[in-house]
Amino acid sequence: MAHGVSVLALLMVLGTSTLARAQEQELPVSEVAPKIFVHVGEIALMTRENDGATANVGFIVGDNAVAVIDTGGSVHEGERLLAAIRARTDKPIRYVINTHGHPDHVFGNAAFVSRGTVFVGHRNLPQALAVRGQFYTDAFRRIMGEQLLDGVRMIAPTLLVDGTTKLDLGSRTLTVTSWPTAHSDNDLTVLDGQTGTLFAGDLVFLSHLPVLDGSLRGWLKVIDELGTLPAQRVIPGHGPVSEWPAALADQRRYLTKLATDVRALIARGEPITVAAGTAAASERPRWQLFDDYNARNATSAYSEIEWE
Amino acid sequence: MRFRLLCIASALCLMLGVQIAPAATPEANDPWPGLVQDIFNNRPMNDGAEVIGIEMPYRAEDAAIVPVTLRTRLPAGDDRRVLRITLVIDQNPAPMAAKFELGPDANVTEISTRVRVNNYTDVHAVAELSDGKLYMTKTYVKASGGCSAPAGKNAEEARNRLGQMRYRQFARPGQGPASGAREAQIMIGHPSHSGLQMDQVTQLYIPAFFVNELRLWQDDSPVLTMEGGISISEDPNIRFTYVSNGAKRFRAEARDTEGHVFQKEWDVDASGM
Repeated sequence: MAHGVSVLALLMVLGTSTLARAQEQELPVSEVAPKIFVHVGEIALMTRENDGATANVGFIVGDNAVAVIDTGGSVHEGERLLAAIRARTDKPIRYVINTHGHPDHVFGNAAFVSRGTVFVGHRNLPQALAVRGQFYTDAFRRIMGEQLLDGVRMIAPTLLVDGTTKLDLGSRTLTVTSWPTAHSDNDLTVLDGQTGTLFAGDLVFLSHLPVLDGSLRGWLKVIDELGTLPAQRVIPGHGPVSEWPAALADQRRYLTKLATDVRALIARGEPITVAAGTAAASERPRWQLFDDYNARNATSAYSEIEWE
Repeated sequence: MRFRLLCIASALCLMLGVQIAPAATPEANDPWPGLVQDIFNNRPMNDGAEVIGIEMPYRAEDAAIVPVTLRTRLPAGDDRRVLRITLVIDQNPAPMAAKFELGPDANVTEISTRVRVNNYTDVHAVAELSDGKLYMTKTYVKASGGCSAPAGKNAEEARNRLGQMRYRQFARPGQGPASGAREAQIMIGHPSHSGLQMDQVTQLYIPAFFVNELRLWQDDSPVLTMEGGISISEDPNIRFTYVSNGAKRFRAEARDTEGHVFQKEWDVDASGM
C-alpha cells in the first residue's frame, strides 16, 4: 500500500513537472471565436529578444482535426504554439497553412513537421521560398543569432492553392483563397464561415505600418475585393483582432496616399531617392514602425509605378 | 564576361562558406584586396576623392532596389577624361555589379542605377582616367532587415515586362537647352534572376538570366555602355546626364544571358526636356 502511494506520488510529481514545463513554453493565445485561438504578435522587428514572435499566429479546432495558421518567426515560437495547441486539444494537426512566405510567418514550420500534417500555401509559395529562403536564414542568423535559427528550415507546401480550396476539419470547413500579387506574390486568406472569422495574413495590417513586397496597385485592388468577404472579424497579419471590414480603412488610406505621392513625384521627374524620403510622410504619426518600413515601401512603389 | 563573373561569384561563395562564420563582421574578412586582384588585375588604386563620388543610402531599405549615384568630379580645366567607372559591391555573391564606359564625346558626369545588396558591405567605385590610372572611392551600406530580399517581388509581372524599353528626358534646373546639358533615363523590363539561389525542394540551382550589356547612342555617337551582372536590380534602370551633340534620335540596345537582343530608338525632344 505504502509502495503504491509512493508510486502514485512519484507519478504526480512527474506529471505536474511536465505540466509546468508545458505551461512555461506555451505561447499565450486567446479564443477570439469558438475554437479559434490567436496569439497577437508584438509590433516590432524580429529580434533575438522577442524570438521573432512579431506576426499573428493561430489555430482552428474542428471535430476531427486542427488547422494551424502561420507558425511564427522561429522554431522556438512554433514549438510554443504547438504547446498551446496541445494544452487545448489532442486532435491531430492536419493542416499547417502559411499565409505567405515571410520569415515571421514561416520560420516556425519545422516545429509542425509530422506524418499526417499537410503544409498548405499559395501556388507561388514554393518558388518564393526557393528564391528567398537561403537569404532569409542567413540574414536572420545575423540578427537573431545562431541558436534561434538553427532548426529553421524552409518547408514548402505540398497542397497548393490556386483560387479557392476547402479544408474540412470535421463539422467545420475552412475556405482558403489565393490572391493576385498584393502584399507579396503569394498571399492566402483563410475564412471560417461558421464564425465569420477571417485570417488575412499580411493582406491586412493594423497599427503596424503595412509592408509592401508585391504590388501596390495590386494590393489596392485586392483590398476592395477583400472587403466583400462575409466576415465579422479579422485576424490581421500584424495588429489587433478587429471588426470587419472597418479594419481595412487605415491601410487603404495609407496605401492610397503612398501611390498618390509617388505618382506625383515621378511625374515631376524626381528621382527614386527623393521618393524614399518624402512619399506618404503625412502618415507618419498614425503608424508604428513607420521609419523602419516607409522608405522601403516608397522605393518599391516607385519602381512599380514608373512602369505605368 | 559571363564566365568570369560566375567564376568570381562561385569563388566568393566558397570563400564565404569556408571563412566567414555567420556571426563574423564583414570587416573581419575584407574581400577588397582579392577583388582588386580579380577585377583590376592588381593595378594600383589612387585616392579617388577628387575624381569620383558615390552616393548610396546608409541602409539598404529594400535589398532588391538600392539606389546608387556616381558623379564625376574632375574640375573644369582638367584635361583628363573619365573613360570608365566600375561599381563593386564587395560582399555580394557577384561583387562586380557594373562597368560603365563613358562615350568620348558625351560628357557623362552623373549615372544613377539600382542594385541588390545582400549584406553589410563596402561599395567601391573605381574610375579609370585618360591618364591610365585608377581612382577609387567607397561607401558603406547596411543590409536591409525584415522580409526584404534581393529577389523579385512579382514574378508574373517581371515575365510580362521582358524586353519592354522606356526612355525619358528630364529638365535640368538652371540649365537651358542652349547649354546642351541633358538628363535622361532608360528602363528595360527584365526579371534578372541571379542564378545563385537553390531550389530547396529539387536542390537544383535556378538558372541565371539577366541583362549583361546595355549600349546607348545619340544618333551614332556612343553615350554610355553598361556591362551588368546579377547585382543590378530587376528591370535595369539607368538615369544619366550627357551633353547633346544635336542628335535627333536616341538609341538603346540591350542583351541578356540568353542571347536576346532588345533594341529601340526614340526622338529626342530638342527643348532638352
